[in-house]
Amino acid sequence: MTEHEHIRLPEGSIEKTTNTLNLGPTHPATHGVFQNILELDGERIVSAEQTVGYIHRAFEKLAERRPLYQITPLTDRLNYCSSPINNMGWHITCEKLLGITTPKRVDYLRIIIMELARISDHLICNSIVGVDTGAYTGFLYVMQYRELIYEIYEEVCGSRLTTNIGRIGGFERNFNNIAFQKLEKFLVEYPKVLKEFENLFMRNRIFMERTQKTGGISADRALNYGFTGPNLRAAGVDYDVRVHNPYCSYEDFDFVVPVGTTGDNYDRWLVRSQEMWQSLSILEQAYQKVQEFKGADAEVYHADAPEYYLPEKEDVYTKMEALIYHFKIIMGETKIPSGEIYFSVEGANGELGFYLISDGGRTPYRLHFRRPCFIYYQAFEELSKGSMLSDAIVTMSSLNLIAGEMDA
Amino acid sequence: MLTNDIIKQRLTEKFGEQVNGFEEPYGMLTFEAPKEMNLKVLNFLFDDEQLKFRFLTDLCAVHYPDNVGRELAVVYHLHNLIDNIRLRFKVFTDINMPDVYTASGLFSSANWMERETYDFYGVNFVGHPNLKRILNVDEMDYFPLRKEFPLEDQSRSDKDDEMFGRG
Repeated sequence: MTEHEHIRLPEGSIEKTTNTLNLGPTHPATHGVFQNILELDGERIVSAEQTVGYIHRAFEKLAERRPLYQITPLTDRLNYCSSPINNMGWHITCEKLLGITTPKRVDYLRIIIMELARISDHLICNSIVGVDTGAYTGFLYVMQYRELIYEIYEEVCGSRLTTNIGRIGGFERNFNNIAFQKLEKFLVEYPKVLKEFENLFMRNRIFMERTQKTGGISADRALNYGFTGPNLRAAGVDYDVRVHNPYCSYEDFDFVVPVGTTGDNYDRWLVRSQEMWQSLSILEQAYQKVQEFKGADAEVYHADAPEYYLPEKEDVYTKMEALIYHFKIIMGETKIPSGEIYFSVEGANGELGFYLISDGGRTPYRLHFRRPCFIYYQAFEELSKGSMLSDAIVTMSSLNLIAGEMDA
Repeated sequence: MLTNDIIKQRLTEKFGEQVNGFEEPYGMLTFEAPKEMNLKVLNFLFDDEQLKFRFLTDLCAVHYPDNVGRELAVVYHLHNLIDNIRLRFKVFTDINMPDVYTASGLFSSANWMERETYDFYGVNFVGHPNLKRILNVDEMDYFPLRKEFPLEDQSRSDKDDEMFGRG
């Protein structure tokens, strides 16, 4: 063999011991549009650089040209696994700004919807962690129970994923009997399934070995990185907006805030699982409280705030006053106070905040969404450094990253 | 128990007239300081044994084009998780020289939030380890959330400001 026939490698290529892997923007193992440029030493991650923003839709800019009630559909598209929580968070922010207080029944109905949303969100996240560790069955199995939740939304607001549920001041209509029947069905059927689902994973040897001691973070670092929600609680900090700054009458309910210790993928999974049990308990309490309303009280589904709450269509056609208010609200003639407010709710993946500055105009002067997963995703490099590529995939899904929320 | 009054008192003791504009819109203590002071104030709020504002909830900017010389506001929302109290801290900067010290040394969470703020408002966070666009494309050469970029086609007369309550 002459010297010519040898394979010639590029200069310096033999010295390089790490490989660059471009994971994403669309990769079957990442659920959403995320790009990660990973530097790999064999299968170990040396460094990771995340790119976000592929589905940025400029909601904050759009909101500056929309009346308050038209911003609700934008919030749907933040964390779309639990849109109702975003909707309610936005409505309550507006109510605080406008000085509307809602009746107890409205609060309890909202809590029912929000806790259902929390369950559906955690269910997706936990079952996706299952998918990424090789257990697809759980994910497919629980889908039919998320369906039960979506059917309840459908009875209340007519849509399923991007719900646009409720209005400023309450709900667009009262819950009908079918909605309550479906809720009862869910409350009976779901606990068994959740138990079954837990049994599949919780003490499963393979699952434990894949998730324990991977993607862990200390409480200190988690706080410094602005973690909130289940991810922070898994690291051992019992911060829950529902308890610290109760809104929507959460103070009337009796529930526990589950916390983990190591903040790793397994603890995050466990915290979410326990939170589903707590949500179920809140749901039961809320449903009981709703049933206690009798007579005219049982028909209340919105606050008495005619200046801001759109009247029923039937009234608009038959009553002068309702017609006037309908016209005023749609044409932006109602008075919006000027001021600035920060309000937050416990979203399914953390503290979802709304920073609203009103200059008295019909639209916000400035609206900023505090999107929890945008803030904590920056910790991904620290979480995955030194771990195997396959563990990083699990870390990513157990963080409950939702591209819609991250990119806003 | 920490209250807004105590925080206000501690801040005035430490910084005197330099922290000012105290307000309490919807119950949240709000104040401002000169932009050169932002790290000093944040560090004091973080380290002080009584105040302990160690959680950065949110960081964003606001554009006030009519506010000549202080067009851009950088707004920090801080949370003391032990006493469960929040506050809002603002610094204002000239839009022609929007240099503000980065808080990313104190809060890791500030890193991306400052990149986002730079991306949309062009606030130059001095000392930031990686200040580049995050949500918009890298090639963009303007800061889209500033008020001079209108959302609607300006030649339309059916959607003027009057329609939005600002006649």
